[in-house]
Amino acid sequence: MMKECIRIASGQGFWGDLLTAPREQVTRGHVDYLVLDYLAEVTMSIMQKQRRRDRALGYAVDLVELVDDLLPELLERGTVLITNGGGVNPTACRDAVFAAARKRGIKGLRVGVVLGDDILEGLGDLIGKGHELKNMETGAPAASVLDRVTSANVYFGARPIVEALGQGAQIVITGRTTDTGLTLAPMVHEFGWAANDWDKAAAGTVAGHILECGGQASGGNFSGDWRSVPDLAHIGFPIAEASPDGTVVITKHPGTGGLVSARTVKEQLLYEIGDPKSYITPDCVADFTSIRVEEVGSNRVKISGVKGRSSTEFYKVSMSYHDGFTAVGTLTYAWPDALEKAEAADRILRARLNDLGLEFDEIRTEFVGHNSCHGPLAPSRGELNEVVLRVGVRSHERAAVERFGKEVAPLILTGPPSVTGFAGGRPKPADVIAFWPALIEKSAVAPVVLVEEA
Amino acid sequence: MKVRLIDIAHARSGDKGDTGNVGVIALRPEYYPILLKYLTAEKVKAHFAGIALGHVERFELPNLWALNFLLHRALGGGGTISLKHDAQGKTLSSAMLRMELEIEEPIVVERSGNV
Repeated sequence: MMKECIRIASGQGFWGDLLTAPREQVTRGHVDYLVLDYLAEVTMSIMQKQRRRDRALGYAVDLVELVDDLLPELLERGTVLITNGGGVNPTACRDAVFAAARKRGIKGLRVGVVLGDDILEGLGDLIGKGHELKNMETGAPAASVLDRVTSANVYFGARPIVEALGQGAQIVITGRTTDTGLTLAPMVHEFGWAANDWDKAAAGTVAGHILECGGQASGGNFSGDWRSVPDLAHIGFPIAEASPDGTVVITKHPGTGGLVSARTVKEQLLYEIGDPKSYITPDCVADFTSIRVEEVGSNRVKISGVKGRSSTEFYKVSMSYHDGFTAVGTLTYAWPDALEKAEAADRILRARLNDLGLEFDEIRTEFVGHNSCHGPLAPSRGELNEVVLRVGVRSHERAAVERFGKEVAPLILTGPPSVTGFAGGRPKPADVIAFWPALIEKSAVAPVVLVEEA
Repeated sequence: MKVRLIDIAHARSGDKGDTGNVGVIALRPEYYPILLKYLTAEKVKAHFAGIALGHVERFELPNLWALNFLLHRALGGGGTISLKHDAQGKTLSSAMLRMELEIEEPIVVERSGNV
């Protein structure tokens, strides 16, 4: 029989999020699903690099530790875990999960993986077949950066996860799946929503957008009245209570800190969106101007009325490619005349870089404590007790960036006085990983779903 | 009268490549028409002079009493290309709330000073 309501809990909003959150979500009250979002654009490139060094890596290793820790509770309570932490190697992630389960003497665990999103190896072939993968911003064809591409992934939606859930998976590990698809999938699975029920797909997508950044929907990073948010030390991550008609209530476990209010939810709804009438995912096009937001109790916000339109013929592709090097150096200047000294140090540093004849695409100076956040909007100079000089450089010449790193520390003994803060050593060149957003016909790639038991 | 945006609205910002998005939400429904009338794309572009180097787009979400702004070329190239301390545009929201609007309608602001 169809459930009247399912509870879907957000446990991670990014790779690096609060490690205690997933356990809290599973043990402080009943949840049917735990969703963990690990992937940002730069993450895929880091994971490809890890897999190149070791074929058994390339996924969020934190995830395996977390699953190992939480597996007994997940199984005992029947909570299904859905995550995109498989990164560029979901099968290796699954194998690590199976190994952790074996160690605990757990048998009969069903784990599903979603593959097929990683098109890095077949990229040349796809381009050869006429898929130009034009950059959505510049219109340039992908062939122009092909030799420097470090990752290439198609964003899949909820459908492959729904298939894995249908095959009885207790854990679903995907590669590049949209954050919103992780939350929509259990609703489609439980309520049997038709593939062309666009309003329902949009409702689940909106719920996914609210959950995808974890505590950012339940009082974290809240600009409304941040002092009024209780006990952020013990913030409860958001939970979506979904009903078959597409209505969703956003809440959190009783006794946790944080705040779920119309204001905290609205802020998250507006996070990283473009045209609100067309929030495009592989599952549908959601209309954010149709969302009704209503407080229906303490820490309970109802989301209803969501309208959607048919999904497009395309998947989004996110590629990353190597595009030079950067380094950032910092030094801290103290009263008196902290800012004036930092400005003088910047002039000295630039003069020396100029003398050395180094080529940079950009040198950027910011004064942390003065203008690094609001730039020219920062109020004109009051007296600052201390200011951090922050100089960044970018170049396609690694040697230039490396040499820059050797020019910062000398300022301590050869520049303005009352300077400190060079404990970290010389700034090292870091790779610039640039992004290449593109579209590909859905018919050109197919998700592969494998559910195995061990 | 002069009204500070921070006294009638809250906001959140984020990034998509080199584009920053700033969602501005009226603290009360009666403030939304004020935002609609006075917080124009042109004014926002002027406010972010030297920060948003490209054009500014505005979208309306009356259901949330909110406006969404896209600030193009605002993040120093975006992602790991950017040398900015705030490469993800997380503080564009508070930069937006610094704005002052000269308005004709008399209103009582929800908050002032202590924010």
